[in-house]
Amino acid sequence: MSSQIHIATRKGLFRLDRNSNGWSIGSPDFEGEHVSMMLQDYRDGTIYAALNHGHFGVKLHRSSDGGVNWEECAVPVYPEGATLGAGPFSTEAEPKPASLSEIWALEPGGVDQPNRLWCGTIPGGLFRSDDRGSSWQLIESLWDLPERQHWFGGGKDDPGIHSICVHPENSRQVVVSISCGGVWVTENDGESWRCKGDGIRADYVPPDQANDPNIQDVHRLVQSPSQPDIYWAQHHNGVFRTTDGANSWQELSGIKPSAFGFAVAVHPKQPETAWFVPAIKDECRVPVEGQFVITRTTDGGETSEILTKGLPGEHSYDIVYRHALDVDETGNCLAVGSTTGSFWISEDGGDSWQTISTNLPPIYCVRFVKT
Amino acid sequence: MVRVVFTANLERHLSCPETTVSGASVREVLDAVFETHQQLRGYVLDDQSRLRQHMIIFVDGKTIIDRVHLSDAITANSEIYVMQALSGG
Repeated sequence: MSSQIHIATRKGLFRLDRNSNGWSIGSPDFEGEHVSMMLQDYRDGTIYAALNHGHFGVKLHRSSDGGVNWEECAVPVYPEGATLGAGPFSTEAEPKPASLSEIWALEPGGVDQPNRLWCGTIPGGLFRSDDRGSSWQLIESLWDLPERQHWFGGGKDDPGIHSICVHPENSRQVVVSISCGGVWVTENDGESWRCKGDGIRADYVPPDQANDPNIQDVHRLVQSPSQPDIYWAQHHNGVFRTTDGANSWQELSGIKPSAFGFAVAVHPKQPETAWFVPAIKDECRVPVEGQFVITRTTDGGETSEILTKGLPGEHSYDIVYRHALDVDETGNCLAVGSTTGSFWISEDGGDSWQTISTNLPPIYCVRFVKT
Repeated sequence: MVRVVFTANLERHLSCPETTVSGASVREVLDAVFETHQQLRGYVLDDQSRLRQHMIIFVDGKTIIDRVHLSDAITANSEIYVMQALSGG
């Protein structure tokens, strides 16, 4: 079972360690700073922290000694002249200049690409580094697609890439997901891309546009490590799953108490098991009836069970953002952090939960240290 | 020479001492500073070399007009203050 967790928050990067007395929270790195994303690379142990300074822009720091010392490295930079599409909801007549506003996804490449990192950003650029973040290259093959001009913001003003899934057995296959721009797949290490959303639907556009794959707001996409052709998607309008590498998607109607949410985690060894954190709906983003619950399915989404033991049963306004639910390599230990600074851990697959804190800053990202 | 002063809050992240340089516009002055403080550039300007949204620059007590091209003219004895705008939180 994992014994270390990183928590990226509005006011610092926290670390939890498990010892004989249970879990304990340490002093944060980057105290007071907005940490939008973090990664501890399982290949070499390097920790990365993406900061979002309100005034001074986005910065990326890395540590090679477990967080004792940090150094600022490079951030992705949009090339001179790069612009966003005007977008369907834009009030600006002209495309606006593209500038990095947030690092929203950070993932390691494959085991055969030891220095490779992938970075998803707002406003919609995918970047790649082959030197551990010392330099970055915009993936122009995706950025230059005409469809990209039609992406639009979901929850943020501009579109953003929030999920990057590198195939565990074929690192040249990468799947990314955009709010709002659907699911895009490369089979050749980013040389070309295809949008794959057959079966995903959206309620926030006119009916004849509902199945347009390029406007889908997948909130979070995760890939089954044990059966990599299976992906789970928590979408703005429901939960979807594919078992054929994103070629076709099925909507799962068995997720209770609601199908709206941001986060999803899949069991590392059981591809039919996944966890969600439902809220009422998009226009009322609070737990159903004030009761904070985790929902688990063990049969591929046909049915689900609502997990409540140890979680607040009333007066909860906790929402869990897309990167703030994680499961460890055993599938037994789960961690979840909320917008109101609550943090819970389960060591029995979600059957029961212990409250670690209700006083942390708003939580953006929760990640177990994996080896 | 033009005197350039940066908000003290930047010192939390990197060194940016008060400095004197020459230049005929805000752009020229800042470029001269960034020649010796390269990392500072990304803290003040965005990817398209515009003044960051929540930064503000005063030249001789007045805020600059051109936040995109930084073309506001300055004199040989101007004082430039690079500050945070309160809009940034």
